Amino acid sequence: MRRWLLISVPYLWLFFFFLVPFFIVFKISLSDTEIAIPPYTPLLDLSEGWAGIKDFFSQLDFENYRIIFSDALYVNAYGSSLRIAFISTLITLAVGFPIAYGMARAPKAWQPMLLMLVILPFWTSFLIRVYAWIGILKQEGLLNHFLMNLGLISAPLHILHTDTAVYIGIVYSYLPFMILPLYASLEKINPALLEAAADLGSPPWKSFWQITFPLSMPGVLAGSFLVFIPAVGEFVIPDLLGGSDTLMIGKTLWTEFFSNRDWPVSSAVAVVLLLVLVVPIVLFQRNQEQQREREAGR
Amino acid sequence: MRRFTWFNATSIALGFAFLYIPILLLVIYSFNESRLVTVWGGWSTKWYASMLQNEQLLTAAWVTLRVAFVSSTLAVILGTLAAVVLVRAGRFPGRTLFSGLIFAPLVMPEVITGLSLLLLFVAVGFARGFWTVVIAHATFSMCFAAVVVQARLYDFDKSVEEAAMDLGATPVRTFMQVTLPIIAPSVISAWLLAFTLSLDDLVIASFTTGPGATTLPMRIYSQVRLGVTPEINAISTVMIGFVTIGVLIASYATKRSSLRRERDLRAAEAGGK
Repeated sequence: MRRWLLISVPYLWLFFFFLVPFFIVFKISLSDTEIAIPPYTPLLDLSEGWAGIKDFFSQLDFENYRIIFSDALYVNAYGSSLRIAFISTLITLAVGFPIAYGMARAPKAWQPMLLMLVILPFWTSFLIRVYAWIGILKQEGLLNHFLMNLGLISAPLHILHTDTAVYIGIVYSYLPFMILPLYASLEKINPALLEAAADLGSPPWKSFWQITFPLSMPGVLAGSFLVFIPAVGEFVIPDLLGGSDTLMIGKTLWTEFFSNRDWPVSSAVAVVLLLVLVVPIVLFQRNQEQQREREAGR
Repeated sequence: MRRFTWFNATSIALGFAFLYIPILLLVIYSFNESRLVTVWGGWSTKWYASMLQNEQLLTAAWVTLRVAFVSSTLAVILGTLAAVVLVRAGRFPGRTLFSGLIFAPLVMPEVITGLSLLLLFVAVGFARGFWTVVIAHATFSMCFAAVVVQARLYDFDKSVEEAAMDLGATPVRTFMQVTLPIIAPSVISAWLLAFTLSLDDLVIASFTTGPGATTLPMRIYSQVRLGVTPEINAISTVMIGFVTIGVLIASYATKRSSLRRERDLRAAEAGGK
């Protein structure tokens, strides 16, 4: 009895405030846009009984989805979000791996301190960290000043408001999410394995690719999912650092909702985005559960 | 064979330079006399003074702190319950869905969470404002809180709880007097995490807010869109300072309590022999 009470409190909360809203989004995505408050045609009206239910089903249409799939703007926004998120994930992995590797091999006494230094930026406001890059990357910004004073470039580079700035922003903001799981799996690797390989005459680079990297795979996967999934729907970074031609679906959804006030279409955009992300989210959760079981089994 | 090579040291140094230089520059330029953010005009604290006179900014800061306080408290209560359910309740119908519900908000793009919560509030006719932002923040923060507390519950010696129950303590009493004190450091860090997540959130708050509940990130965002000003650097520096101090205190407290626990454990073992 008491057990059910314990389970039901967090369960019901998440049910009502996380799961139910998705069904509402789905329903509104099937309704028509209207100039009213709220700006969509009414949903299922149960007070009218059977007639209401029949009405509801006869009004369902996939018009908003047809709009999304026939308009190149939306299709391109999904495509370029996936592309930008994928490339940024690879860059974040390439940048994060040597850092995590260095941390795992650092003297034991330093490690808590190093870990702390990785976590600290993660606690600092996301918005502020993205904002910091505007001052660095803009035309008359600090980076251009610095490079011109060194004489490396003669004219300022145009970086802010391009896709390059979006890549920098994503890699910078999500780097801690990549380093932490990588470090966790690298740190667990038994050094005796590498010693044995060295004793048997394996050169260090070969040991790295045949032992260290495969054993760090759970961390590589976890970190990549943690960067990729939220990056696909990222809004703040493309909005502040990207240009007007940077297409990302999070930004499209935001504009559709706040500027065009088209709730049904933005709901349809959200539903499709969710469908796109379901596969990586499920894969990620499975990866995490396997990890936990492997650890529990030891 | 833990060889720490020059390559390792260099990658750590470059990595931390990358992580910290932007923040450092932001802090330094908040003390810039010049209005032009990128031209150094000498040291000055005038932007802090002007920040303190900006009514809108201060009101927003106060709203944000209140939202963060209430939502993180709610999130920690719900998140701790959720963690206990996940680790201790065993199998129950709907468990897979439950762990999925805890897990999904961690990676869900904020635009989706924000939009769906707003549509819920509109559908049930809930007036938007302070409380809708609190509910929204509590909902996604509780999942982070659950993960933090769950990790502690996993490496926890269950026999202590069993001993308390054998001695006749009720489950509630066991939880309050045995379990809670042991997991307390993780509950505190979960609260701090929930607090900063709420402090930080722009997207979900923008969707779920209503009249009179404009939060600080929303204010900062609307000013940033107009351009970089030293005043934003000043308020950012204050926020960074608060968070840094909070995290340092929390990690110090955690370290001390874990040291004390180890000492107690050793003492208990020595006494038992």
